[in-house]
Amino acid sequence: MADNEKLKVSIDGIQVEVAPGTTILNAARQIGGDIVPPAMCYYSKLQGSGGKCRTCLVKVSKGSEKDPRPMPKLVASCRTTVMDGMEVQNITSNEVLEARKGVVEMLLINHPLDCPICDQAGECHLQDLGFEHGAAATRYEFERRTFERIDIGDKIQLHMTRCILCYRCVFVADQLTDKRVHGVLGRGDAAEISTYIEKAIDNNFSGNVIDVCPVGALTDKTFRFKNRVWFTKPVDAHRDCPDCAGKVTLWYKGEEVLRVTARKDQYGEVEAFICNTCRFDKKQTSDWVIEGPRKVAHTSVISANHYETLKPLPVVKENPKLQEANKYQFERSVRL
Amino acid sequence: MEPLSNRKKVLEQKPMNFWERMYLPAVLKGMGVTIKHFFRKKATVSYPEVARPYSKNYRGLHSLKRDEEGRERCTACGLCALSCPAEAITMISAERKKGEEHLYREEKYAAVYEINMLRCIFCGLCEEACPKEAIYLDGPHVPADYLRKDFIYGKDKLVEERFDLHSLR
Repeated sequence: MADNEKLKVSIDGIQVEVAPGTTILNAARQIGGDIVPPAMCYYSKLQGSGGKCRTCLVKVSKGSEKDPRPMPKLVASCRTTVMDGMEVQNITSNEVLEARKGVVEMLLINHPLDCPICDQAGECHLQDLGFEHGAAATRYEFERRTFERIDIGDKIQLHMTRCILCYRCVFVADQLTDKRVHGVLGRGDAAEISTYIEKAIDNNFSGNVIDVCPVGALTDKTFRFKNRVWFTKPVDAHRDCPDCAGKVTLWYKGEEVLRVTARKDQYGEVEAFICNTCRFDKKQTSDWVIEGPRKVAHTSVISANHYETLKPLPVVKENPKLQEANKYQFERSVRL
Repeated sequence: MEPLSNRKKVLEQKPMNFWERMYLPAVLKGMGVTIKHFFRKKATVSYPEVARPYSKNYRGLHSLKRDEEGRERCTACGLCALSCPAEAITMISAERKKGEEHLYREEKYAAVYEINMLRCIFCGLCEEACPKEAIYLDGPHVPADYLRKDFIYGKDKLVEERFDLHSLR
């Protein structure tokens, strides 16, 4: 078979032609929509990621044109490459939905479910996954695992209890930073993300572990408990950065930049990794060139209570006559 | 003109007879109704000395609850403010320091929690949204005041009093 020949695949009955070597997940993403399997560990920008969380399981009902036998078990779509004439079932197969429900329950076994406190709530992939595919209650009756809190620097907060061991941050450390200082220690149930001898992460691109983390295990310490994600307003901005592309999303609350993140696409993957200077040190509007409000999907909680105008129209604030007239009304002795 | 429907009713007005023309019996009958009410039980109470009991499911002033150990339940998760259709709730969260474990239940707490009672429509969605059972609309109605700023209720008015669980039994 010639290399440039396209392979015909059908996913949930939708035909698509993809290049050889494409995974089922990426073929589904070329179609888009509901049939894309969810992925917690696979990250298209990180080489070697995927195959760990099993949420992207699909059923291959026909192996290929030459060997039409179905695959004996459900396969991880992020790791399985397509064959010519392959037929894949995702949401049309009850077996897949049932298995995915089980995987979500498995992922949530040790998850503390402290969403009211977690800074990731609102943009957490595990929340979305649990909402769409999970059961309402857990059958697990034992103590959830706990860890001793490890301080990994003043910029990044590690909550090991929330980790689902997707290894994305390890791949970031491996591929983006030159001196890898953190990884997975221990095995199986005892495995945990940690830095070697609790060494602080100080590489200029280490902040990207926050963006790739699908749950709230690695969060921005400078944003810790500052505000909820859905009360902040995402605005696209860029700056001339010598280290990275400098294209970011600023998360505003009023006139204050609370957080800087990379821009994420519809699958929650960053468009370009950004450096720590952009992420942690440039929190003034004057540092950035504003491009405009970021489009937020109406299904996202971040779109709640949002107005399209960049700045609310000044009413009383810029009118001295009205200010004088409302002096007593605005006066508040103490903030309680 | 021909009526459009057959529902029109023609009223007959007969001329009044002698007693009807005198009006006096009708006046006395009306006075009778009025005087009868003097001896009945009053339909009103003299508020504020006497107050009517609220119904069980009455939604009044909010209160922020404490747990059985007297710690504030609210973790400033923001779901009440998110669910609020009137956007009446604002909050600022803070991290619990060491030695404050007896004050706040969780790692995070609301340092500032304000409800604008002029905006609030007492729909009770905040109560429903709360994952920590921290807010309930179980108070009386909002008292009157003169300035708008006084209707923004802070934690001093919202957080319920500490209580001894054992004395309640």
